[in-house]
Amino acid sequence: MCLAVPGKILSIKKDDPLMRVGQVSFGGIIKEVNLVYVPEAVIDDYVIVHVGFAISVLDPKEAERVFSYLDEIEHTIQDKEKSE
Amino acid sequence: MKFVDEYRNSQVAEKYKIAIADTITQPWTVMEVCGGQTHSIVKYGIQELLPDSLTLLHGPGCPVCVTPLEQIDKAIAIAGLEKVIFCSFGDMLRVPGSETNLLTVKAKGGDVRIVYSPMDAIEIAQSCPDKQVVFFAIGFETTAPANAMAIRQTKLNKLRNLSFLISQVIVPPAIQSILESPNNKVDGFLAAGHVCTIMGYEEYEPIVKKYQIPIVVTGFEPMDILQGIYMCVRQLESGKVEVENQYSRSVKKEGNRTAKNIIQEVFEIVPRKWRGVGEIPASGLGLRKEYVDFDAENRFCLNIKFEEKPSPCISGLILQGIKKPRECPEFAISCTPENPLGATMVSSEGACAAYYRYQLTPK
Repeated sequence: MCLAVPGKILSIKKDDPLMRVGQVSFGGIIKEVNLVYVPEAVIDDYVIVHVGFAISVLDPKEAERVFSYLDEIEHTIQDKEKSE
Repeated sequence: MKFVDEYRNSQVAEKYKIAIADTITQPWTVMEVCGGQTHSIVKYGIQELLPDSLTLLHGPGCPVCVTPLEQIDKAIAIAGLEKVIFCSFGDMLRVPGSETNLLTVKAKGGDVRIVYSPMDAIEIAQSCPDKQVVFFAIGFETTAPANAMAIRQTKLNKLRNLSFLISQVIVPPAIQSILESPNNKVDGFLAAGHVCTIMGYEEYEPIVKKYQIPIVVTGFEPMDILQGIYMCVRQLESGKVEVENQYSRSVKKEGNRTAKNIIQEVFEIVPRKWRGVGEIPASGLGLRKEYVDFDAENRFCLNIKFEEKPSPCISGLILQGIKKPRECPEFAISCTPENPLGATMVSSEGACAAYYRYQLTPK
């Protein structure tokens, strides 16, 4: 139910803050999405979409963390092994 | 697809598998709160990557599963009325009520429509002015902004033929209820990433402090869940407890302020019943008095005599993490997704349905 999918904003149609909608591409499938909850979103941003509403703009820097975090773990393990 | 494929990388998964195994020194039990996470865990076989000393329990975060029987019966009663168009997310149609389900009402000629968004109900109401349109507004905090916006627009547009049957619940009181239970086995939680995208995670800090239990806000892709588990295990092993945010690409500490403001405007905190669990104080959202005209329960004077019948279904215990699907004697025998005894077998995010679909072979 809380399923929400990332998609890329291709265009933003209306700038009336309550009815701000955009065309969002989900791997090529394009749907109209309500952007009222992401006033900061601009074209080419990736947004998380749930039941027709974008609920966040994905932060590309933070998106890397799941991978950089692994490097940190590996360094910690290596350091531990060295000290042993 | 960007922001999806890279989080399903088996080499990265292998590294997390090793990191978790290297970190854990004693048995721990971690509960993922959200049904979407349960679905990913079972679909991608994440349990197979974890050491035997780590147990994953599946939590109550499936709104379809926890919507109480009374609300389903009310939905069925309203949907059977003449001149009513009843709109719902598709998952709700096969959830068993006391006697029947919404799909049967539809098969018997009731105008029951599956919609993708609550905003679709507005369009239907505008195009069918001679009908009463009712939307089944279920969900957790993730869905609350969408439902709130539809209700707000209904009032703004003075749509007299649209109302909402509300069954909105919120996560933190359910976590507290699990922690207060004498049967509690949970040592740490993976909190639901999309719920926290809306609400942020400040409200989990008092829970961490009071119960001295780690909570890691976690996403839904396999790498997210593995990283969330790793962070949780690391906290458990170090004895340090805090709220950590694994899903930082979507979740900010304060959440989505615009969405929270509209939830606040439309809804207030109320007690709600959770199917199989019972009433949890301050665990749901109800309409504020400015919006009660759009409450379907007021619009249709429902006089439903509700009686809970004995059932072999143990979904209440499954939703609280006390039992797992395979511990139910009816699982995959008398209870299947085609003929579910309870809601956890209906919704694709229910733990029973996920096990049935991906892991029928006994472990």
